[in-house]
Amino acid sequence: MPWRLLRFGLSKKHPEPRMFDAPDALKSSYDVVIIGGGGHGLACAYYLARDFGITNVCVLEKGYIGGGNTGRNTTIIRSNYLTPEGAQFYDKSLELWKDLSTEFDLNLFYSNRGHFTLAHTDAAMRTSRWRAEVNKHYGIDSEVVGPDFVKKHAPMINLQCGHHPIMGALYHAPGSVARHDAVAWGYGRGANMRGVEIHQRTEVLGIDTKGGKVCGVKTNKGYIETTKVLSATAGSTPRILKMLDIDTPIFIHPLQAMVSEPLKPWLDTILVSGSLHIYISQSSRGELVMGASLDPYEVHSTRSTLDFPEGLSAQMLDMFPFLSEVKVMRQWAGMADMTPDFAPIMGKTRIDGFYLDAGWGTYGFKATPISGKTMAYTIANDKPHELITAFSSERFKNYELTGEKGAASVGH
Amino acid sequence: MRIAPQASEIINRDKSVTFTFEGKKYNGFEGDTITSALLANGVKILGRSFKYHRPRSVSSFANHDMNVIVDDVSGQYFIPNIRADVTKVKDGMKLKAVNTFGGVEKDKASILGRFSKFLPVGFYYKAFHTKALFPMWEKMFRTMTGLGNVDFKTPKIKTSKDYGFCDCLVVGAGVSGLSAALAAAENGLDVVLIDENPQIGGSINYTNIPNDLIERAKAANIRIFTDCYAAGYYADNWVALVHKTHMTKMRAKTLIVASGAFEQPPVFRNNDLPNIMLAGAFLRLLKLYSVKTINDAVFLVANDYGYEAAKTAIDYGINIKAIVDLRSGDELPLLNDFIAKNIPIYSGSCIYEAESGKDKNVIGVKIHEFNDGLAGALKAEIACDGVVMATGFAPALNLLYQANTKMRFDDARSQFIPDVLPNSVFSCGKLNGNYTYETRAIDGEIAGINAVNFVKNSKIKLPKSLPETQKPNHPWAIVEHEKGKTFVDFDEDLQLKDFKNAVQEGFDNIELLKRYTTNGMGPSQGKHSNMNGLRVLARLTNKTPFEVGTTTARPFYHPVPMKHLGGRGFSPNRVTPLHSRHGDLNAIFMLAGNWQRPEYYARVGVTRQNAINAEVMAVHENVGIIDVGTLGKLEVIGPDAAEFLERVYISKYKGLKTGMARYGVACDETGVVVDDGIIARLAEDHFYFTTTTSGAATIYRELSRLNMIWGLDCGIVNHTGSFGAINLAGPNSKKILGKFTDLDLDDFPFMGYREAFVAGVKCRIIRAGFVGELGYEIHAPALEVHKVWDAFINDGATPFGVEAQRVLRLQKGHIIIGQDTDGLSTPYNAGVDWAVRMDKPFFIGQRSLKIINSKPQKQVLAGFVLPKDYEGAPPQECHLIIHEGEIAGRITSITKSPKLGQIIGLCHIKPELAQIGHEIKIRFSDGTFVAANIAQTPFYDPENLNQKGVA
Repeated sequence: MPWRLLRFGLSKKHPEPRMFDAPDALKSSYDVVIIGGGGHGLACAYYLARDFGITNVCVLEKGYIGGGNTGRNTTIIRSNYLTPEGAQFYDKSLELWKDLSTEFDLNLFYSNRGHFTLAHTDAAMRTSRWRAEVNKHYGIDSEVVGPDFVKKHAPMINLQCGHHPIMGALYHAPGSVARHDAVAWGYGRGANMRGVEIHQRTEVLGIDTKGGKVCGVKTNKGYIETTKVLSATAGSTPRILKMLDIDTPIFIHPLQAMVSEPLKPWLDTILVSGSLHIYISQSSRGELVMGASLDPYEVHSTRSTLDFPEGLSAQMLDMFPFLSEVKVMRQWAGMADMTPDFAPIMGKTRIDGFYLDAGWGTYGFKATPISGKTMAYTIANDKPHELITAFSSERFKNYELTGEKGAASVGH
Repeated sequence: MRIAPQASEIINRDKSVTFTFEGKKYNGFEGDTITSALLANGVKILGRSFKYHRPRSVSSFANHDMNVIVDDVSGQYFIPNIRADVTKVKDGMKLKAVNTFGGVEKDKASILGRFSKFLPVGFYYKAFHTKALFPMWEKMFRTMTGLGNVDFKTPKIKTSKDYGFCDCLVVGAGVSGLSAALAAAENGLDVVLIDENPQIGGSINYTNIPNDLIERAKAANIRIFTDCYAAGYYADNWVALVHKTHMTKMRAKTLIVASGAFEQPPVFRNNDLPNIMLAGAFLRLLKLYSVKTINDAVFLVANDYGYEAAKTAIDYGINIKAIVDLRSGDELPLLNDFIAKNIPIYSGSCIYEAESGKDKNVIGVKIHEFNDGLAGALKAEIACDGVVMATGFAPALNLLYQANTKMRFDDARSQFIPDVLPNSVFSCGKLNGNYTYETRAIDGEIAGINAVNFVKNSKIKLPKSLPETQKPNHPWAIVEHEKGKTFVDFDEDLQLKDFKNAVQEGFDNIELLKRYTTNGMGPSQGKHSNMNGLRVLARLTNKTPFEVGTTTARPFYHPVPMKHLGGRGFSPNRVTPLHSRHGDLNAIFMLAGNWQRPEYYARVGVTRQNAINAEVMAVHENVGIIDVGTLGKLEVIGPDAAEFLERVYISKYKGLKTGMARYGVACDETGVVVDDGIIARLAEDHFYFTTTTSGAATIYRELSRLNMIWGLDCGIVNHTGSFGAINLAGPNSKKILGKFTDLDLDDFPFMGYREAFVAGVKCRIIRAGFVGELGYEIHAPALEVHKVWDAFINDGATPFGVEAQRVLRLQKGHIIIGQDTDGLSTPYNAGVDWAVRMDKPFFIGQRSLKIINSKPQKQVLAGFVLPKDYEGAPPQECHLIIHEGEIAGRITSITKSPKLGQIIGLCHIKPELAQIGHEIKIRFSDGTFVAANIAQTPFYDPENLNQKGVA
């Protein structure tokens, strides 16, 4: 047992302070208002305070922190993206991830498990090679491997996979998972410690502008004067943007997931199959965390559907027939803010002082550290960080898309 | 211990079963659950807890706690995580407790309990994260975690599903559910009544309610499913009913939820010891299974139900050492019966702690005063061998939450009650706060009549509801103890102090509290712990339970096996009408989407490569045929057919002459190429066209959608499955086709379309082809296409497969959508810019393409060749082109052409590097390079003379 746990046994009172304060009321003004207390919003607040000394900041969360997609995703962290812009961006994120537990002094269970994107067709093998080659070019550890290699790392797998024999895979050794909730808590605590206020159950009702510049935010808890506002609200992005009449090509699609009952660990790696539209990993609680692709229609809610666990189970049994008797315990959904090219929208907007961190679709969790860091830079300097220039909303107007579809669809 | 036969028992004493648990042999009776059989044999420890590995036995006996989970290791393969409380024991069963280290009796991991004060809530967040050591700790965590074991020998099982329909689905066949079902059925509704237990009746079966509901329901016109639970509620009353053998997907016009309530364990120190159980468990064990585990009982109560259980205990000769009632004064019921029997009653008291003996079983309790929710002075220490508890319930609102019901908190009954229900969903019974027989029965009837009125749009008068007099739920059956072991969530071994500490750390919101403590996240999903968790949080934060609110209840109610969810599944394996012919010709098949296609035809003593080369050369030199039946085949008919196609495809079709065909490319709104094919005009208002194999379903769906939006006067027919298609190609194709048709082939121009009989089959023929030799694409009805195929094969045509076709098309520089294009490819950088016609009012993607075309392209599609003398392994598709250290493009297609004797390919590349003859550097996966040169396409027959039939 680590020594650090001794203090819990030896002290009479639980020797831990609040991770984050519960401030009574909003102040009348802040230097920066961050809408959205998920991983991204809290990370931005953290880096604003830590790297730029901007601490007169509040994070407004209409529910509870980390309750949106931060707490609903399937926690996969990887950087094997297809475009040079994407691959470099997520690779920087991965670097930050590795040190977060130490930095926060909070165990995020950042667990390096290796990530396989299984290929069942020629086309999937080609895409795998494309991703591997782009990744390697930027120093990212990715390679195309054969079925034997897959079998070695996941010996129980059925290479035949129903009608879809596994031809090979894209193997990304750094692929990891982490305890998602703790990421929000870690950033929240870190930001709070440095003076940032976190206001839960605080809903933004409007954003005021004057002469094309942000001047204030209306909330259910009162009015705030500010000149800088960041929206980091994933599925609620369209609602926030409507307040400012800003148009983006973001559509909200549900993304569902499910977990099994706890089982003794048997699966060490993260497995994704593009052809079967499924992915699976086993959590440190022993639950199988399983997901599939987006629901094909636009819905602004987190309701579950029955066809999701049905379809996912059918496909999963092709890959792992022996899960027939395993029981699915819970299913849930998140709202994914999708862009046409499967890359995010980050940076400044046509409203001075209004910054956007959105379009994270199904890949926002893994980008939490780097999005926080680059958005903090962008807000502090009123200038987009060089890593995110390709993700500007202008790209849609200019037909300069960042085509990430091939690497983002099922991998999440 | 098993007592003498009882009238109420549901075991069959004529049939005994033998089974083993933890390697020891036991006997039970048919009808026993695993738990009841083990208890009948006097087994004390049935399971171990998840975190501290504490000895556990029965608690709810109702699938609301996970104290007793076993792996069934008896069969060919073992089955994990069986819930022993509710699973019937079978003869020959071999069972093993889950997650023990050295067996359930002497679990070595129980040492963890001693360290519990070093392992407070969230302890794993606070240590173990030194970068170097985390992997080691993680290994330990992964050894300790999880419950049952997966058996890799388990076969793929997919059970078939039922699709059910009914006027009224009643979930729960207790008093209120039975009453509701009867009221609905008697008024003419088609009713389905389900219950998760093996018998209907709920508490009627084990309490002293004399009534005829069960018999009446059995006699009525009601479809009854027992051993069946409603796993989830989905939009529009779509309910997943899970049976032991399969799943029924029920679409109900109305839903009545009568799912009752979960008994809640009171919290005190060591409330989890073996033989401390909820009253329902005690009663069911006695009455249904004739199993008595307690001789000297202490009852901990706070409602009438507890006293009813105590009366039953007396009936069964159990010695009641004490009744401890949390309540005092006027809250207490009349206790004369008990006083007369000299049973000590401690009102205004609580159990402060329980103690265990050598066998881990409870041996006594300490009774303290209980004022304002706090334990006071010691009143008595009482020896006993069992504790029966009845201090309150939490309604089973799961389905109603999933149906978006608004709840209110009823202070008088101290529970949540549905407030605003969706308009075809009703609730009754304990859910509505009714606990006496009469109130439940009337409430059920009201729900039944409401359902009738909803379905029939009738106005049958509702019976008058009765006021509920009982207060079944104590608002605070929770007693703190400084030494802890006061369990709130048994699945997760969460103690009272864990909640306090979590709130102290800022997790003072019900959702955050759940996520930090993991309360309710175990396999029972909070059935026995959410309500207590909520009460603790409310008290700690000085809020009402309503203000604290509940967490979101998501499906499933109970977990569902993947074999039932997966069902038969639908992963089609498609074959063309000519599939058997390919088999006869020794085809090696490959997968193209869901289709099986011949990759090539194997020849004895010939390598794969040589076989493919021979197929290629046969097309060049004589005649070959390929099955292209996987292509999408669509038809548009109607006055607006041409207009429709002009809006979808980037070229023009209004001017296309009848009897002629034209290449078509479809884009999306952003100008990205999504599909291509050949469009033939059969008549002024009639077109027949192909799509790519992979795009067939999507394109048909998208065209149907567009047709509906645009409202043009035309219809779309999908012939993909009803037509077969073959491509006949080669210099001798005209000759061979001539043998089997009367069609005037001299009057059949390139890109012409004809209908004619070929080998006696009426065919649609387009003089075109993907492969670059004189050729005909012949479409024939699926049932007859084999006649055409046979005719050509018997006359010496060489069958060729997908691989040969890839070579042939690449020689011509023909692109494959999705391979030579990607998610950003427009016609301008996919080499089909010639097909774009801006001189029409509209087509999908036109606006984008106009803008795109006004800018310099970032990538273009170009051909390249490797030197003829290159001997090494060829680069592969998607190897990158590197220029000055940066990525300048990638190979999209590559092959060695036997005809040209050279490696040829297509690539995406920056336009400035795409001049003919320019040298490019292709990087292999291992980092080495090979040089190639940009070349003109087509590589073969650039003037297209062969295809035009000029050569």
